[in-house]
Amino acid sequence: MRVLGLYNYWIFIFLMMVGFYILISRRNLVKKILGLNIFQTSVFIFYISMGKITGGTAPILVEGAEAVVYSNPLPHVLILTAIVVGVSTTAVALALVVRIKEAYGTIEGDEISAMDNQIPF
Amino acid sequence: MSDQIILRVATKIIVPTILLYALYVQFHGDYGPGGGFQAGVIFSAAFILYALVFGLRRTHRVLPTWVVRGCASAGVLLYGGVGLASMVMGGAFLDYGVLAHDPKHGQHYGILLVELGVMITVFGVMVTIFYFFAARGREDL
Amino acid sequence: MGVLVDFALLAFLATTAIAVVRTTNLFAAVMLAGIYSLLTAGLFTVMDAVDVAFTEAAVGAGISTVLMLATLAFVGSRVKTPQLRITDISAKVPVRRPVFPLVVVLVTGAILIWGTGDMPAYGDPANPIHHHVAPRYLEESEHEIGVPNVVTSVLASYRGFDTFGETTVVFTAAVGVMILLSAMRRKDRFGEERWGEESVPDLFRGFAPTFWLGQDGRMRAPPSQPGEEDEGGTP
Repeated sequence: MRVLGLYNYWIFIFLMMVGFYILISRRNLVKKILGLNIFQTSVFIFYISMGKITGGTAPILVEGAEAVVYSNPLPHVLILTAIVVGVSTTAVALALVVRIKEAYGTIEGDEISAMDNQIPF
Repeated sequence: MSDQIILRVATKIIVPTILLYALYVQFHGDYGPGGGFQAGVIFSAAFILYALVFGLRRTHRVLPTWVVRGCASAGVLLYGGVGLASMVMGGAFLDYGVLAHDPKHGQHYGILLVELGVMITVFGVMVTIFYFFAARGREDL
Repeated sequence: MGVLVDFALLAFLATTAIAVVRTTNLFAAVMLAGIYSLLTAGLFTVMDAVDVAFTEAAVGAGISTVLMLATLAFVGSRVKTPQLRITDISAKVPVRRPVFPLVVVLVTGAILIWGTGDMPAYGDPANPIHHHVAPRYLEESEHEIGVPNVVTSVLASYRGFDTFGETTVVFTAAVGVMILLSAMRRKDRFGEERWGEESVPDLFRGFAPTFWLGQDGRMRAPPSQPGEEDEGGTP
């Protein structure tokens, strides 16, 4: 039963570490952004997991019903806005990638830093 | 993609449905799942679909860049304006209770206007971002 | 039943994430990210967060994928593996084996999993989070706001300041994308290619050039890359 109660958190940690691994081991900038997105989504899943109550229902009030258990609405509100802000910041990151590709001709992180270090402008 | 007749016909049927559904999500958000953020994204998805099938030039004719840019800022201004209005009416910033005689009605009006502001901003922002990505590096637009 | 669906979705998510790590084709990775978002939306529905699921399905699987594909149109869909590195510059870059990142990730993950030993069980009504402000929202919202959807009333009324800030961030992101993507490379009057501000919206004309011009007023243009065009060709 204890394992069942923690399973969600373990998968969340696994996803977070997968995102983290992509972020630090892959040199391709688009791949890094994907890793960042996976990292971000894992935090969303963590928040929503915290708000869930077993046997509860979505926090939309039922007229005249007694003793209905509602899940916690607060994490939902926080994550709802975070998702939209997340896609906006992803768009800014992608715009930066497009500009980097135009300026350097590559989006591989190590090639970019090698160009910066070796060639005096 | 403009030579694909099935895509073109299907898009023409689907786009108005998506727009209508976005408005339903917007105004039914008080009673069911939905609200300004979702409605704005769905509304912009309709135009992005139109642009993918019919091309950017025709979409610009339907929805010029300056309109979406205006939408992006108008929504934030509407949101802030509701806050200022509630200050002028004697309440705190974004305290909608004072907007009508009955505090509950005031809350209703406030939430409606604020969600509308969120929807307009999100719609404007998403379409603006798509326009700038799609038009990048194309001289003919 | 709910637990089974929860388990299955989480297992699918983990599999998709692994597939994103392993693929070297960016197009496939972006499509997998779309699938990942849709699975997340399903998971949110199982966890009673219908509003969040709605947003994730529309944003993550819809808009996000379109933007990623638009970017791939510029950068190409190939990730350069060491064998494919053919440019002069990349020959000088040492090939790193991803052992060190793996160790870092494993250690961090192990510490975090050790930390979950103190976490309250999933779905327990006695968890501390359910005894702070949430009960007040659920009980008083009907009398104070009169809107059945508590998420909407918290979003727009109780935490209106928060949402105002988020809306402003979204707007700022649009401004950032506009500034970044409206600069065009043009020939100046000496026939040299440089970044100009001709197409920048008038609104930004005053301050925008400082972002991409160096101190001498010139973009740091890289030398042309021979062999870049046949990227992905014969190794």
